[in-house]
Amino acid sequence: MYVAVKGGERAIDNAHAWLAEERRGDKKVPELSVDQIREQLSLAINRVMAEGSLYDPDLAALAIKQSRGDLIEAIFLIRAYRTTLPRFGYSEPIETSKMACDRRISATFKDLPGGQVLGPTFDYTHRLLDFKLAADGEIPDAPNKQANQENVPHVAEFLNNEGLIQQETRSDATPPDLTREPLELPADRALRLQALTRADEGFTLGMAYSSQRGYARNHAFVGELRIGAVAVEIDVPELGFAIEIGEITVTECETVNQFQGSKTEPAQFTRGYGLVFGQTERKAISMALVDRALRWEELGEDDLGAPVQDAEFVLYHSDNIQATGFLEHIKLPHYVDFQAELELVRNLRKTAFESQKMEAAE
Amino acid sequence: MQNSSLDGGFSNREIDAAYAFRALMNAMAKPGTVADITGASAPAPLSAAASTALLTLCDADTPIYLAGEFDNQAIKDWISFHIGAPISTRESAQFAVGRLKDLLPIDGFPVGTAEYPDRSTTLIVEMDELSEKGSVLSGPGIKDTTCFGLPGDVALFQSNSTMFPLGLDFMFTSGSKIAALPRTTKVA
Amino acid sequence: MSEQAYNFAYLDEQTKRMIRRAILKGLAIPGYQVPFASREMPMPYGWGTGGVQVSAATLTPDDVFKVIDQGADDTTNAVSIRKFFEKTADVKTTTNTKAASVIQTRHRIPEDELGDDQILVYQVPIPEPLRFLEPRETETRKMHALEEYGLMHVKLYEDISKNGRIATSYAYPVKVEDRYVMDPSPIPKFDNPKMEMSAIQLFGAGREQRIYALPPYTKVVSLDFEDHPFDPSRAPHCCSICGASDSYLDEVIINDDGGRMFVCSDTDYCERRVAEGHTGVQVSGDAA
Repeated sequence: MYVAVKGGERAIDNAHAWLAEERRGDKKVPELSVDQIREQLSLAINRVMAEGSLYDPDLAALAIKQSRGDLIEAIFLIRAYRTTLPRFGYSEPIETSKMACDRRISATFKDLPGGQVLGPTFDYTHRLLDFKLAADGEIPDAPNKQANQENVPHVAEFLNNEGLIQQETRSDATPPDLTREPLELPADRALRLQALTRADEGFTLGMAYSSQRGYARNHAFVGELRIGAVAVEIDVPELGFAIEIGEITVTECETVNQFQGSKTEPAQFTRGYGLVFGQTERKAISMALVDRALRWEELGEDDLGAPVQDAEFVLYHSDNIQATGFLEHIKLPHYVDFQAELELVRNLRKTAFESQKMEAAE
Repeated sequence: MQNSSLDGGFSNREIDAAYAFRALMNAMAKPGTVADITGASAPAPLSAAASTALLTLCDADTPIYLAGEFDNQAIKDWISFHIGAPISTRESAQFAVGRLKDLLPIDGFPVGTAEYPDRSTTLIVEMDELSEKGSVLSGPGIKDTTCFGLPGDVALFQSNSTMFPLGLDFMFTSGSKIAALPRTTKVA
Repeated sequence: MSEQAYNFAYLDEQTKRMIRRAILKGLAIPGYQVPFASREMPMPYGWGTGGVQVSAATLTPDDVFKVIDQGADDTTNAVSIRKFFEKTADVKTTTNTKAASVIQTRHRIPEDELGDDQILVYQVPIPEPLRFLEPRETETRKMHALEEYGLMHVKLYEDISKNGRIATSYAYPVKVEDRYVMDPSPIPKFDNPKMEMSAIQLFGAGREQRIYALPPYTKVVSLDFEDHPFDPSRAPHCCSICGASDSYLDEVIINDDGGRMFVCSDTDYCERRVAEGHTGVQVSGDAA
């Protein structure tokens, strides 16, 4: 005899217990500490902080541990935590020209004030598995040099002085905040940039790559890529001035794009902009390319119908927490809707079959 | 009765707000039905019902317009301390509080746009008493018809409902009583 | 972190106020989708975050809360959401439709008629009924503003000319108060006529950031044509467990030979009927 399925609650509890066991893995192997994750998987930490929109390496490390290394799951944990936090204040814009740069490169000028600093990059490593790491992780100390204490001017400013690059208008307006207001279209550039900086790295990379391959091609050079620490300041009304509350590491990328002029603009260079928490340069460069592509309307370019030019398409599909949730929800039971479809298909087949019989009889 | 701007908030913030919202929701979903709502008390002449509605729904994101005798420093201080809402003009008000005569002419308040009809003002109209006798109301939330004693000229509410889906939404308050009249309600 | 560190019903007060304002505007403009700044919840988007946020903004400590998914109280996601509110809002829960003051649902309306002291909260995946015809939000918003629903009628009519009937069996679009075309969420069209009810109906779409609502006794009409009236039909069977002939049925495959039976999707309704002494005819193994 059939009885309806029961026991959802016990199934869930048991699944959670099994999950915890799998997370721990073989107990003969020492447990991974949150400190180890923070120190030794720092690029994973950076991605979780960037797409989780919360700068806290310890929480990111905890999230990575809890999610068994599934970074989108870790980002989700951070987002869900972040949304419960009260807001004590709003920071002043960070000043990236005062960044203490760990890395600063330009593809457009061989040398420039402030110098080129390679920093801790994979760029010129040969991608050969290093079996020494499997045996023993000890490494010799890297050579040290005193950091450059002076301001490091932005490369785009050199072009700006010559009038060769499109001017960005300065605004002190409070930017919109898509974590507090529903996304509304058309989205201005500040809102687009906010969406892109927390967008999925893979999606942003794919969109940027499509623009390089010819879907609304916008021939980009890395005008400048810089990574380093900047001060975060908040304005305290009672004091009448801003105070520094801490430091964050960010990656900033400004692309210089060839632009032959349009109906409204003379021939000049234009820019795309990327700014992302942590050392996250693939994301920052991708963001700059996508930003530039989305600016077609403002620069008087043609709508070529490319996906990367379509703000609604890009913004509505770039958030991996929204995307993965909706994608994975099709695992949930749908037997009510499916039953409705079953009846419909049966009826449609019956109708078609009967009309065929009628035709054959005639 | 208290008069300090520091008093008169919820004693149990989350729970009081939850009960108050349920009363507000029932009022808006069942136009013309008079219900109790308490929890907050602002300085006079703001009623407990209006104080509670404001404290439940408003914050720094919701500009409030104060009309007539409600436009006083004690009430402004209370709103500033407990709610943090900016005091605004009619044109940018999300909420407005006052006697009907002081809220007139109501065509100064936003009624929403065709694409965003929700961007309209909710008017909290303070009254001497709320009565389930008076004009005959019909529309969503009302089984057949119901009665409610509307303030002022009924033509005002009739013309508001003809603008649907645009229009203003009303809450009527008196002491610790509240009732509502959304734009969908037809007034006979 | 323990749940004690979170606010009553999980959401912070500012978020609740924002949701509450959206609910009130939704009630004032029935069928219109009010944009709201949906928050990340501790369950994934697409798993009821919209309904959960609406419930969180609605629940009081006096409420008795019921959660159903596909009509059933014990499906895993219904269990998970019920537990979430037991923990964060300390509300009493029930599986009894008549005893509940707030019912959160996914894809069904309970068989028992709801009363005017009850609230039904729907989880909505895609709130925009025009989305499958026009993917752009900027376009569909204009269509609603201009009450331009020709596209929907054309689609339904194409169904009729191709198949002899409207080929939409769930999430069947309705028109509210002769103004807004609304998505009833993916309930089977069998449930559509129940939407004219005396309870308050609230709809939450978390990922899509929309809330909409129906006050009691709001006019809700399923779209149709004079020569092809709306047909809320269901599978032509009785429940094998309780014998009900008026409930929505799930089809259950019971053996390798494709034998199947039909049982109520509303588990509370079915259990009560059984307790009242109703029985169905158990089929065993025969391919019905």
